[in-house]
Amino acid sequence: MIDNYILTPIFIHLFTAIIQLIFWRRTTTQRVISVLGSFMGLSAAIKLFAKVYDGPILTMNAGNWDAPFGIVFVADMLSTTLVLLTSIACLAVSIFSATGISRQRLRYGYFPIFHFLILGLHGAFLTGDIFNLYVYFEVIIISSFVLMTLGGRKAQLEGAVKYMAMNILASTFFLTGIGILYGITGSLNMADLALKIPNVKDQTLVGITSSFFIIGFGIKSAVFPLYFWLPSSYHTPPSAVAATFGGLLTKVGIYAMFRVFSLIFIPSPFAKTLLMTLAILTILTGAFGAITKTNIRRLFSYLIVCHIGFMVGGLAMFSKVALMGAVFYLIHDIIVKTNLFLIAGLIRQLRGSMDMIKIGGLYKDYPKISLLIGLVLFSLVGIPPLSGFWPKIFLIQDAFSLHQYAFIGAVIIGSFVTLYVIAKMWSEVFWKKQQESSDLEDKFLPLPLYKKILLVSPIVLLAATTLYIGLNAEAIVRVSDKIATEMLDTRPYIRAVLGK
Amino acid sequence: MELILVVVIGLLYAAGIYMILRRSMVKLLLGIMLLGNGTNILIFLLGNITKGKPPVIDEDFSVFKDIYADPIPQALILTAIVISFGLTAFAIVLLKRVYALINTDDLDDLNTPEEEDL
Repeated sequence: MIDNYILTPIFIHLFTAIIQLIFWRRTTTQRVISVLGSFMGLSAAIKLFAKVYDGPILTMNAGNWDAPFGIVFVADMLSTTLVLLTSIACLAVSIFSATGISRQRLRYGYFPIFHFLILGLHGAFLTGDIFNLYVYFEVIIISSFVLMTLGGRKAQLEGAVKYMAMNILASTFFLTGIGILYGITGSLNMADLALKIPNVKDQTLVGITSSFFIIGFGIKSAVFPLYFWLPSSYHTPPSAVAATFGGLLTKVGIYAMFRVFSLIFIPSPFAKTLLMTLAILTILTGAFGAITKTNIRRLFSYLIVCHIGFMVGGLAMFSKVALMGAVFYLIHDIIVKTNLFLIAGLIRQLRGSMDMIKIGGLYKDYPKISLLIGLVLFSLVGIPPLSGFWPKIFLIQDAFSLHQYAFIGAVIIGSFVTLYVIAKMWSEVFWKKQQESSDLEDKFLPLPLYKKILLVSPIVLLAATTLYIGLNAEAIVRVSDKIATEMLDTRPYIRAVLGK
Repeated sequence: MELILVVVIGLLYAAGIYMILRRSMVKLLLGIMLLGNGTNILIFLLGNITKGKPPVIDEDFSVFKDIYADPIPQALILTAIVISFGLTAFAIVLLKRVYALINTDDLDDLNTPEEEDL
């Protein structure tokens, strides 16, 4: 069904960014506009979600050129769910940034660039054209480069070099894949490609092309052995930026993988084995990397890598229950990972450092905030009935029926190591006594009340979302079930786009 | 023509990857640019090059009567060139700033220990 409403979330962020450009240097105005824009974006995303949840898949042909000739935007369950989650995370980060980002950064256009980034994310989720997906990826990476380097400290710029080099390389691989795909099929529309790929005579060439996409998206989503840029750059930018990156940017890679490998290339047994091996190694290397880290944000960076493996593994099994698990994990992961980096920023405000060894005694000084953080950490580990628990049941259950015992082992080791590092962090940061001689200062206490609320409320918002996902798992399972069905049976998607 | 392009693409990709694997930041930048150009020519080649047949319909007809050059790859390349232009410009400025800060061209020296900021 054609509905131009699909573009509303994209346009809201576009106009928010443009209006903010008019108020260059008026940082207070920008803060207000950003929160308002994010709020409007969230309401638009909720409405879009409600439309797609109850109704058919929506499409929109740009310039009224019929698919497959024009660029088409498609809102199916997977896209709209991710747009909704992105909007929630965007609202939280936007509120946090109002006090969490220093004035100097705000004066050089932090907020407009942030909204351009969210625009790119929404566009990438909603587009139905593979070259358009590439263009939105570029919108995302150029915005993320600016956010990463804004401020220009030494460590930040050094992290940005690695980040930039790997992301441009990933885009080049992705573009190469698109070029070959166009060469063998003559189409760029994803639904049209889905129809044309099975008719290509030389299926080996299709397999080789798909490997370009695995590499390109693999670098974006930080899959073993392509993840090394992530832990060496994500700890450098301000926490609000790291939250956007950690929660959303790697997940775009996962989304693109889900989309391309369910719609265009149906995974062959070889591709499944390859993805499964990558998933297992990603989980293990991410988990073992996290054990030795004492800086909170470096630890969380490795946990991102570790948990990416769960989703890739779910895709590799490519059965309904496993995909449900992977999608559920994706939903849980976006909210929790965004929250983790915001929490890292809050801890830095409370204690003046992110080094676990140096700081301590948070529970004694701030029991309420500590309990809030504890809730998020528990759901990250997956203590039932919180949100991290349910997807693992689906993943492990289907891994048993498909005899993927190595994956079960990896999931269990990954979860166990997550539990271990989080328990270690809890005892170091919250229960250990603060060293007497330390020169660290509490920057949180002297803040005025409204600034304190602005710092804590986004964490409360995201924690409440996590709690909702965990306690109302039935609703989320229903959503994941719909998405998994759409991924396995792509005919409704193709019919919605091409009308046949 | 096609054969020459195939060889050129191979050379550009090989040279690009080789340059990226070097330790110098300038060579990293050159490598990225070479790879980008290789990709652009690859798209151009895979659009089935047709010589001297512009995709313009004759005045007297309403549809194409002959084979014509596919205009889409060129639109794609144009987009890709513009994007890589922007990215390269950013990369040059970034690498220059890093060079000014750490005073070396060696990528292995980019390991300043943790500096903390919000």
